[in-house]
Amino acid sequence: MKKPLLKKMLTAAACVAGIALAPQALANRDHIMVVGSSTVFPFSKVVAERFGRKTNFKAPKIEPTGTGGGFKEFCKGVGVSYPDISNASRRIKQSEFDDCQKNGVKDIVEVLIGYDGIVLANSIKAKPISLELKDVFLGLAKLVPNPDGTETLVENPYKTWKDVNPTLPATKIEVLGPPPTSGTRDAFVELAMEGGCKTFSWIKAIKKQDKKKFKALCHGIREDGAYVEAGENDNLIVRKLSENPRALGIFGFSFLDQNADKVHAAKIAGFEPTFESISDGDYVVSRPLYFYVKKEHAKVIPGIKEFLAEFTHDRAWGDEGYLTEKGLIPLSEEERKTVGSNVKNLAPLSL
Amino acid sequence: MTKPHNSSDQPSKAPAEKALSKQAELVQKSLAKRYAAEKRFKFFGVASIGFGITALLVLFIEIFGGGLGGFRQTQIQLTVTLDQDALEIYDATNADQIMAGDYTRVIRNGLKERFPDVKGRKDKRDLYGIISIGSTFDLRDQLKANPELLGQTLTLWMLADDDVDTYYKSLSGTPYAERMTEKEQAWVQSFIDKGEIKKVFNTRFFTDGDSSEPEMAGIRGAVIGSLFTLLVTLLLSFPVGVAAAIYLEEYAPKNRLTDFVEVNINNLAAVPSIIFGLLGLAIFINMFDMPRSIPLVGGMVLTLMTLPTIIISSRAAIKAVPPSIREAALGIGASKMQMILHHVLPLAMPGMLTGTIIGMAQALGETAPLLMIGMVAFIMDVPGAVTDPATVMPVQIFLWSDSPERAFVEKTSAAIMVLLVFLMVMNALAVLLRKKLERRW
Repeated sequence: MKKPLLKKMLTAAACVAGIALAPQALANRDHIMVVGSSTVFPFSKVVAERFGRKTNFKAPKIEPTGTGGGFKEFCKGVGVSYPDISNASRRIKQSEFDDCQKNGVKDIVEVLIGYDGIVLANSIKAKPISLELKDVFLGLAKLVPNPDGTETLVENPYKTWKDVNPTLPATKIEVLGPPPTSGTRDAFVELAMEGGCKTFSWIKAIKKQDKKKFKALCHGIREDGAYVEAGENDNLIVRKLSENPRALGIFGFSFLDQNADKVHAAKIAGFEPTFESISDGDYVVSRPLYFYVKKEHAKVIPGIKEFLAEFTHDRAWGDEGYLTEKGLIPLSEEERKTVGSNVKNLAPLSL
Repeated sequence: MTKPHNSSDQPSKAPAEKALSKQAELVQKSLAKRYAAEKRFKFFGVASIGFGITALLVLFIEIFGGGLGGFRQTQIQLTVTLDQDALEIYDATNADQIMAGDYTRVIRNGLKERFPDVKGRKDKRDLYGIISIGSTFDLRDQLKANPELLGQTLTLWMLADDDVDTYYKSLSGTPYAERMTEKEQAWVQSFIDKGEIKKVFNTRFFTDGDSSEPEMAGIRGAVIGSLFTLLVTLLLSFPVGVAAAIYLEEYAPKNRLTDFVEVNINNLAAVPSIIFGLLGLAIFINMFDMPRSIPLVGGMVLTLMTLPTIIISSRAAIKAVPPSIREAALGIGASKMQMILHHVLPLAMPGMLTGTIIGMAQALGETAPLLMIGMVAFIMDVPGAVTDPATVMPVQIFLWSDSPERAFVEKTSAAIMVLLVFLMVMNALAVLLRKKLERRW
């Protein structure tokens, strides 16, 4: 029994030593490293896959870290251990840009790839509803203007949609949506809630005086149980909706597209979310999707230029490109031209 | 039972008898209650087991019901001509030309010939959509392997798009046609009528890495990633864990310091795994600058997590070796090291291995710490070394369950089944080892 055991231990030790030495071999990276938004993730994935299969380059590695988490990693520095590309479901913030500059990430190329719609949907077992932005705000905000018409705020007193707007059905307000860490939530709050909030002229006036107060007011979502944080998994929200026909859910357009047999979307401000209405801007709850590239890396890491070329090719992001099949709402022809030429020249962003 | 009490011919015993019968009466009275209590007690046990089994059955039915489809794949038969001009390939031995060939056009031409009546931009686009993009790569690989096929007309079974796949599979029950136009349904019907569509075993699921297209997605990358990660974990945690256990059991003096170490090991075993992920991120990635998303770092993080489990079970196994064996070894002149290596360790090995395998099984199912070190990512290529980016099985399940495409639902369940099989094999191995190697005194 003695020998095999000792031998085993020795081999194990040798393997451990071998493993410990391995990182030295990683000084050069042969794949593109992408981090960032989980909303852009499915689109990035498709391009990465086609690029990987069509060329001799390795397929990029894409990590869905969320937009904010992506920028944090992205802006840490220049070098093979830092990501080359960061996906984002909103534009880069000034603070993130400054952070990048501070850490030596000087030249960043911004690529706008298309739009995404955020939908409010309910089970097909229930009747579809039609909401104005104001209804969304009044139904979901933490503080709402006093119903008696004075310019004061009260804790949200509305229990049913009918209380909010007499033309709506008398179902209880129950909305399943993403938690605050989600980019979808950020965009929803910014576009739908703030949009509804601004319809009150006296609240709008606050914006000029006190931006912070305005934000707190318009972006605050009620916490009395009417809004249920259902996690970042949009599939889960869809499933919960089909079990609970009274509830509404907030999620990305691509999930609506894939689950048309289970849920249907509410009209917002008179428009149903469709490819056309979102790209025309008629459906207001939509946001731009971006990715950001380090110019310095484009020279060093193999395949970045080719990956960018594939992403900005008409067969990918064009009106009939494969990204639209995945639910991306394409840019207009002109926008594509401008962004495309920016990408070709690797024109750095300045904020 | 009452018979002995009735023997009243011995009056001298009567008072005792009376007392006894009084007691017996009491016992008699409480007997029914005690039986009932016993029954209830047993019932609680049975109910608990019943509850466990029901939960397990529900899980299995849910997963197996939804996931069996994931092992089947719809294929469509199509005749295509590998035309030189359409492909823009003139020399099939030239690797660059093969790579750049326009296989999509060849398949589109094939579809056009099959359905010559389809006119209009949108209809044509829908028609082209019924064959998966994966077929173009299959076609390329086929041509690469057999250059003489260039210019020939072939009848091939091609991979159907995920929407067609989902629709075709659902035809036996309530058809899921939301993502299929009436024309598309008619095309599928036409394939069915001519016997040009079939379901086959989905080998791709076991041979390919992840994909953004459900029909092309496979579990191989995640399985290999899991194996690499577990290998690193095993190689690091087993020797370290066993060495620690031996020292603590055989050499360490009983003092405050070793007590402190012991308490801390027990505490570590109960620390939530995400904490180890944060630790790994801080130490391995931020301090030692190791790359993200690689099995090597994943294995090191999981080592931190499984070490306490292994140490605790190894110590228990060493403790279970009777002292007489140690004394006998020392008595015939063995050194302490010889006593440990020749006698204690072999006898304790089954227990140690069982603990290790259970720790490994736990590590196999772990997702949270890997989240922190970037092993949650889309990685198409199957990893070839512990330093290649990779995901692991539970992470793959998580990623698929989060995908919008409907066809990923069954893939998710199928992947869960593969993971369950892995776990069962590991646990069976633990039982087997214990049975095989265990010695009784």
